[in-house]
Amino acid sequence: MLRKSWGGKFALLFGALLALIALVAVACGGDDDDEKGGETPASGGQATQAGGGQATKPAPTSTPEKVKEPANKAELAKLKGEIIIDGSSTVYPVTAAAAEEFRKYAKDVRISVGISGTGGGFKKFCNGETDIQDASRPILPTEVEACKAKGIEYIELPVAYDGLSVVVSPKNTWAQCLTVAELKKIWEPDAQGKITNWKQVRDSFPDRPLKLYGAGADSGTFDYFTEAIMGKAKSSRGDYQASEDDNILVQGVSGDENSLGYFGYAYYIENPGKLKLVAIDEKGDGNCVLPSEETIRGGKYQPLSRPIFIYVRKEAADRPEVQAFVKFYLSKSFTPIIPTKEVGYIPLTDELYAAITKRFEEKKLGTLFPKGSEVGATLDRYLK
Amino acid sequence: MAVTTVEGFPTRAQFRPRLGFRKVTGAVFTGLGLVAICIGLGLLVWLLIDTFVTGLPWLDWQFLTSFDSRFPDRAGAKAAIYGTAYMMFFTLILALPIGVMSAIYLEEYAQEGKLKSFIQINISNLAAVPSIIYGLLGLQVFVRWMSLERSVLAGSLTMALLILPIIVVATQEALRAVPPSIRDASYAVGATRWETIRHHLLPYAFPGILTGNILAASRAIGESAPLITIGALTYVPFTPNSPLDRFTVLPIQIFNWVSRPQAEFQGVAAAGIIVLLVVLLLMNSVAIFLRQKLQRRF
Repeated sequence: MLRKSWGGKFALLFGALLALIALVAVACGGDDDDEKGGETPASGGQATQAGGGQATKPAPTSTPEKVKEPANKAELAKLKGEIIIDGSSTVYPVTAAAAEEFRKYAKDVRISVGISGTGGGFKKFCNGETDIQDASRPILPTEVEACKAKGIEYIELPVAYDGLSVVVSPKNTWAQCLTVAELKKIWEPDAQGKITNWKQVRDSFPDRPLKLYGAGADSGTFDYFTEAIMGKAKSSRGDYQASEDDNILVQGVSGDENSLGYFGYAYYIENPGKLKLVAIDEKGDGNCVLPSEETIRGGKYQPLSRPIFIYVRKEAADRPEVQAFVKFYLSKSFTPIIPTKEVGYIPLTDELYAAITKRFEEKKLGTLFPKGSEVGATLDRYLK
Repeated sequence: MAVTTVEGFPTRAQFRPRLGFRKVTGAVFTGLGLVAICIGLGLLVWLLIDTFVTGLPWLDWQFLTSFDSRFPDRAGAKAAIYGTAYMMFFTLILALPIGVMSAIYLEEYAQEGKLKSFIQINISNLAAVPSIIYGLLGLQVFVRWMSLERSVLAGSLTMALLILPIIVVATQEALRAVPPSIRDASYAVGATRWETIRHHLLPYAFPGILTGNILAASRAIGESAPLITIGALTYVPFTPNSPLDRFTVLPIQIFNWVSRPQAEFQGVAAAGIIVLLVVLLLMNSVAIFLRQKLQRRF
C-alpha cells in the first residue's frame, strides 16, 4: 500500500519538476519575438504619464539638432557579440541610453551596463573583466599602475559634460554670485538649523529667510554637488526640500522668492524664464562664472562641471561590435540624445567628437590626464 | 490541623481568588496580542496598498515583455523575469539534491558523536550568516577563481550555498517528525536501511521536505545583496541563452529603478515589486497546497 501511494506522490513531484522545466523552456523559447519594446512607444495605459516618450524632443541647446540614422545600418544589423560595460553611476544614464539606441540597429549585440562606481569599475577593468569602463573622472595614477601591472591598455574617450546649476527665483535681486565657501557654509551638515537667513550667508544680503531646495540623497546629482562643494560625497545638511525629481525643485524654487536650489544644468535650460542662475566664484577672488554651454565646455564653470569618460580596453577595441558601438556613441546618431531630459548631460562640441572619434580609430592609448582629476581642466588637449 | 498544611503555603482561609484581577490580566493580554498583530498586519496591508496603487497603472503586457529603457513607459522587466527564472532553476537543481541527501545522511547514517554535533552546529550557524557574506564568497570563489564571471551559473551557485543550510535543517526536521515506530516496523520485516528510507521515511517526510525547499527558494528569489556583490547590477537588454550568460534578477532591477531620478520610475519599480510578490505568493501557495494534499496523520 505504502509503496503504491508513494508512486502517486512521485508522479506529483515529477509533475512539479516538469512544470518548472517547462517554465524555463518557455523562458528560453521566446527570445526574439518581442523586440518592439526597444523601439515603439508603449501603446496604452499611461496616458497621464506621457512625459516619457520623447526621444526626438529637441535638445535644449541653442541650435537644436536632429538624431541622424547611422550610415552603416546594414553592417550594424549583421554584427554579433557581447560588450561588457561597468563603472560610474554618473555615466550610466549616458551609456545605458547609448546601448538602448544601439540595440535598435544592432539587435544581436548584447550590451550589459553595470554600476559599481568609477573606482570599483576600474578594479574590474584593470583586471581585464570588462570591455568598456564608465568613469566620471580621469583614471588615477594608482589605477594607471594597476592596469599596467596586468598589461591592460586602454583608449581614453571623453563623452559628455556633467554640470550643475545653482538657481534662485527671478525675483531675487541680491544673489548674483556666490563663492564656493558661501555655498559650503549654506549646505554643510553643521549648517542644519543654524543657517536659515540670507543675511547669515553674506552681511550685505537682506534679512530674509533662506529656503533651500536640492537633490534627494539617492541621486547622483546629490553625490556630485556634495563632493564638489563640501569636498566629501553625501555630506550635506538634511533640513531642506529634497526631491529626486528635478521638476519638483524647479517649481519650488520658481515659486519662492527666498529660495535657493541646485540641480542638473539641463533642467535650467528647460525652464529659463522661471529661474535665475547664480554665478559661481570658485576661489573667492571675484571671478564669477555663470554656467552656460560655453563655460561648461571650456572648463571655466568650476567646480560644478566636469567631463565624463569611457575607457575602452585595447583588445576589446579590435572587435567589430565594440568598434561599431563606440563610433555610434560618439556620432550624430546618439550625441543629440545626450541633452534630452531622460539623460540630462551636456554634449561635447562637434569638433571634439570628431577629434575623439579619430583618437579611437587611431587607437591612441593612455590618458591625457596624467595627474588624475584636475580642477578647471579643458578637453582642448584632445584636439591636438 | 497544622500537620496537613505545608510550611509557608497559605491555608484555605488565606486563599484569595482575586478572580476579577486575573480576568482583567487575561483581557489585557488578549488586547496587547491583538494590537501587536494589528500593527504587523496593518503595516503589511498599508505597504501592499501603497505598492499596488503606485504600481498597477504601470503593470501591463508591455511591462512584462520589454527590456529596461530610459523611458519609464517603455521600461519592462523581461530580462529580470527571465534571469530570475533561470537562476532559480539552476539554484534548485544544485541545492535540492545536495541538501536533501546531506540531511538524510546526517539524520539516518551518521554516528552520534563529536563530529556529527560539530557539523550540526556549523549548519545551524551557516543558516544565520548574513547573505552578503555569501556574496563575497561567491565573488571570490565562483566569479574569480572558477572564472565563471558574472554569469547565471555564478549567481545560482552563490544562491545554492545561501539556501543549502536552510534545506538541510528543514529536511532534517521533516525526517525527525516521522514516528520511530515506522522505522522499527520496516526493520522488523527485514527491510534494509536504504529500503526503509526509500519506501517509508521519504514518503512520510516528503511534504515537510518539499515545504522547506520551497520556502528556501522563496528566500533566494527575493535576495539581492549577494547578487549585487557578485556584480549582477546591470542594464541587461537581453535574456540569457546559456548558464554562462550575464543576467539580472527582479530585486536588482527594482533597486535600479528605485534609484533613478525620474519620479515615474517609482511606479515602474512598484510594478516590478508586484510581479515579484505574485511569484513569491505562487511559490508559497504551491508549498501549502502540496503539504495539505500529501500530509498524513499518525
